[in-house]
Amino acid sequence: MDAEILARVQFAFTVAFHYIYPPLSIGLGIVLVVMEAIWLKTGNPLYHNMARYWTRVFALTFAIGVATGIVMEFEFGTNWATYSRFVGDIFGSALAAEGIFAFFLESGFLAILLFGWNKVGPKLHFFATCMVCFGAHFSAIWIVVANSWMQTPAGYHLETTVNGQSVRLPAEHILTEADLGSVRAVIDDFWAMVFNPSSVDRLIHVVLGAWMAGAFLVISISAFYLLRKRHLDFAKASMKVGLAVGTVATLLQMVSGDFTAKGVLKNQPAKFAALEGVYQTEARAPMTVIGWVDPVNETVQGLKIPGLLSFLSYEDVNATVTGLHNIPSDDFLKARYPNASPEEISKIRRSYWPPVPATFQFYHIMISIGVALLVIVIIALFLLWSGRLFKTDSKLTRAFLWVLVFSVLGPQIANQAGWFTAELGRQPWIVYELLKTSEALSKVVTANHILASLIMFAFVYLLLFLVFIFLLTRKIQHGPDHLEEDLEMPDSWKAIIRTKEARA
Amino acid sequence: MDLNIVWYILVGVLLTGYAVLDGFDLGVGTLHLFVKKDEHRRLLLNSIGPVWDGNEVWLVTGGGALFAAFPEAYATVFSGLYLAFMLLLCALIFRAVAIEFRSKEPWGWWRKLWDTAFSLGSFVSALLIGVAMGNMVIGLPLTADHEYAGTFLSLLNPYALVVGITTVLLFVMHGAIYLAMKNDGELHDIIVGWIPRLIGFFITAYVVLNMLTLVYVPHVLKTVQSRPWILAIVLFGVLIVMNIPREIHKGRRFNAFLSSCFGMIAMMATFGATSFPYMVYSNPNPENSLTIYNAASTDKTLGIMLIIALIGVPIVLAYTACIYWIFRGKTRLTGHSY
Repeated sequence: MDAEILARVQFAFTVAFHYIYPPLSIGLGIVLVVMEAIWLKTGNPLYHNMARYWTRVFALTFAIGVATGIVMEFEFGTNWATYSRFVGDIFGSALAAEGIFAFFLESGFLAILLFGWNKVGPKLHFFATCMVCFGAHFSAIWIVVANSWMQTPAGYHLETTVNGQSVRLPAEHILTEADLGSVRAVIDDFWAMVFNPSSVDRLIHVVLGAWMAGAFLVISISAFYLLRKRHLDFAKASMKVGLAVGTVATLLQMVSGDFTAKGVLKNQPAKFAALEGVYQTEARAPMTVIGWVDPVNETVQGLKIPGLLSFLSYEDVNATVTGLHNIPSDDFLKARYPNASPEEISKIRRSYWPPVPATFQFYHIMISIGVALLVIVIIALFLLWSGRLFKTDSKLTRAFLWVLVFSVLGPQIANQAGWFTAELGRQPWIVYELLKTSEALSKVVTANHILASLIMFAFVYLLLFLVFIFLLTRKIQHGPDHLEEDLEMPDSWKAIIRTKEARA
Repeated sequence: MDLNIVWYILVGVLLTGYAVLDGFDLGVGTLHLFVKKDEHRRLLLNSIGPVWDGNEVWLVTGGGALFAAFPEAYATVFSGLYLAFMLLLCALIFRAVAIEFRSKEPWGWWRKLWDTAFSLGSFVSALLIGVAMGNMVIGLPLTADHEYAGTFLSLLNPYALVVGITTVLLFVMHGAIYLAMKNDGELHDIIVGWIPRLIGFFITAYVVLNMLTLVYVPHVLKTVQSRPWILAIVLFGVLIVMNIPREIHKGRRFNAFLSSCFGMIAMMATFGATSFPYMVYSNPNPENSLTIYNAASTDKTLGIMLIIALIGVPIVLAYTACIYWIFRGKTRLTGHSY
């Protein structure tokens, strides 16, 4: 296999594995803040117990997130050195900001969150929990900003070096092979880079996905305890917190998904056409609920709702949606291939399309799971409202609780699928309409080097994943501490505990 | 002083911060297997438990700052030293997760497995960091396009290996002093018993390394001749390292640890002062070298990052100091410990 494929597989694999954990940390961070806030407000020791239990789950996800995150930072340099040279001036400041504002914050206060229960007062501990949660969100901000710049570059110009002098290149300059290594993107406007056309939409989408990941983990484990009739008070209270966060996130995610898709339509038409497999420009374009793409005949088979794509895109069922045969535009291609005939142009055009079937499927997996999770939270809320969610003797409730147990996989699969949609849909570009993925590799790294490291990561990550699942299962089996076991609690914490009568 | 020099110093400060802070974590990790009792191993882990993660962030941020300020140097070094960095990542991953996993289960084989992963991970990390440093001192063979022209095996030259071993010994000494400061009772006595020997090992390696530098790396010698003030930093470093046994002897553990920290700072400062203005010295063909000018981002980016650093770094230092203060005192095992 050639180095490009291997480097892409390696990056996809290591980022996909990494991306299991930070969303859990971000989502559980919110859950922890809510639980500790309730504990401080009500003085109910149950919430103290909950915060402590979920902190231990958090610690496990956080540790693997940190260990696999450093790989990502290094891989830009090891596997994508040409890309790093090209974007260092822009990408670097976002990464440095992430380090200074996010990583230090979360890892520093993590010490208090994990080990501070007997060392600091409850208010300082709550403050530390908030800081860890903030830090986790900040890191999402900077990394999504950097990635969004690759989707929709803004606030930069191209520059080359001639005889040691920097020369600004015109905006319409097209990168050629000869430019690689000497031309780089240089920042014009920091805030235009940060608030590039897709960053806000995508950031909200990613953060809500992370909240869902954390919330559904809490929902899943709580449902399991309910089914087993263990730790019932703990499970009911945790379920309510999980459902609250999960409902808010899932509902907002529907709105955010709409915004994000409209942003893709505006900024990355090729990606948008690939999402629904739109080859020919058409009016009253349908949306496929479930289906498959035939890339040879350029058709989509499956269950379609007529006009829905047009409606979602332009709020008009008869609107025209541009198909891949008109993307990229003739002008775009003629500027790159001035001597090509119209027939050649239409052939070349295909090399600027993302892989349509894969993009289509990942996108539809994400959407389907999102809708399924929405249905699940609505049913859960209804059962909770009608007082049936915790009636664990009812067959119907038990069946639904099993659905909740497995719902934890939903956000995980949807997050991964969404990530693959975003990244595959950007191909063949690494920086959209600027630098191709195939041109971004490290020049000195051979395919064998990448293969060796890929095998190493495959083994290490498989081991980590197995241990993670094992330890998580053990933690679930063990369950929370008994309330009366907590003898080590210092007086400042005990002072908060109020009896039931006092709380009422 | 221009922005490039400012960022040369700042990247140096971040990497020095990493060496000083994670240095004791890696040293403690390397010593881990030499401590036999389970309770002692737990004390060892929990001595670094609350802080190791924050310490590793210095490397992440140092790497990020290198990427941002000197992307050419970042790209050249990271792609050139590909396999070495992959091994370092593997070692750091095992070091990190082993701390989290180890005490989760009581079984002997489980703890032995993660003890080994923790210790080997720490040792290999320290060794590879040292080997990478050694190669930076000698210089990497670079092409005119600033691409690395050597192989993985050429990184494992005798000089770099000696720097690697010296780094391991330095971190081990540093970690042992940290452990002595953070513990009392039996573990403390065991560690304090080791310290004189560990100091001896390090000083021997350090002397050998300096002699080798004079023989193997003539361009460093030339630089020092043209910048005699570097000798003052070296002298300060030697004196402060000599102070460590004195403080240990007088029972002043904290002062000994502080001396060890300043010793490391002096060594990093020596390295920075001799390398300047090179980011990556090319050996042979020095004309292909990456300097703080031809490897740098634009002044605009360096300026933006300086603002970020001026806002962020004081806050980071303030709460890092608070956290170390909260976790001051001797390590005790509780229900929340590893």
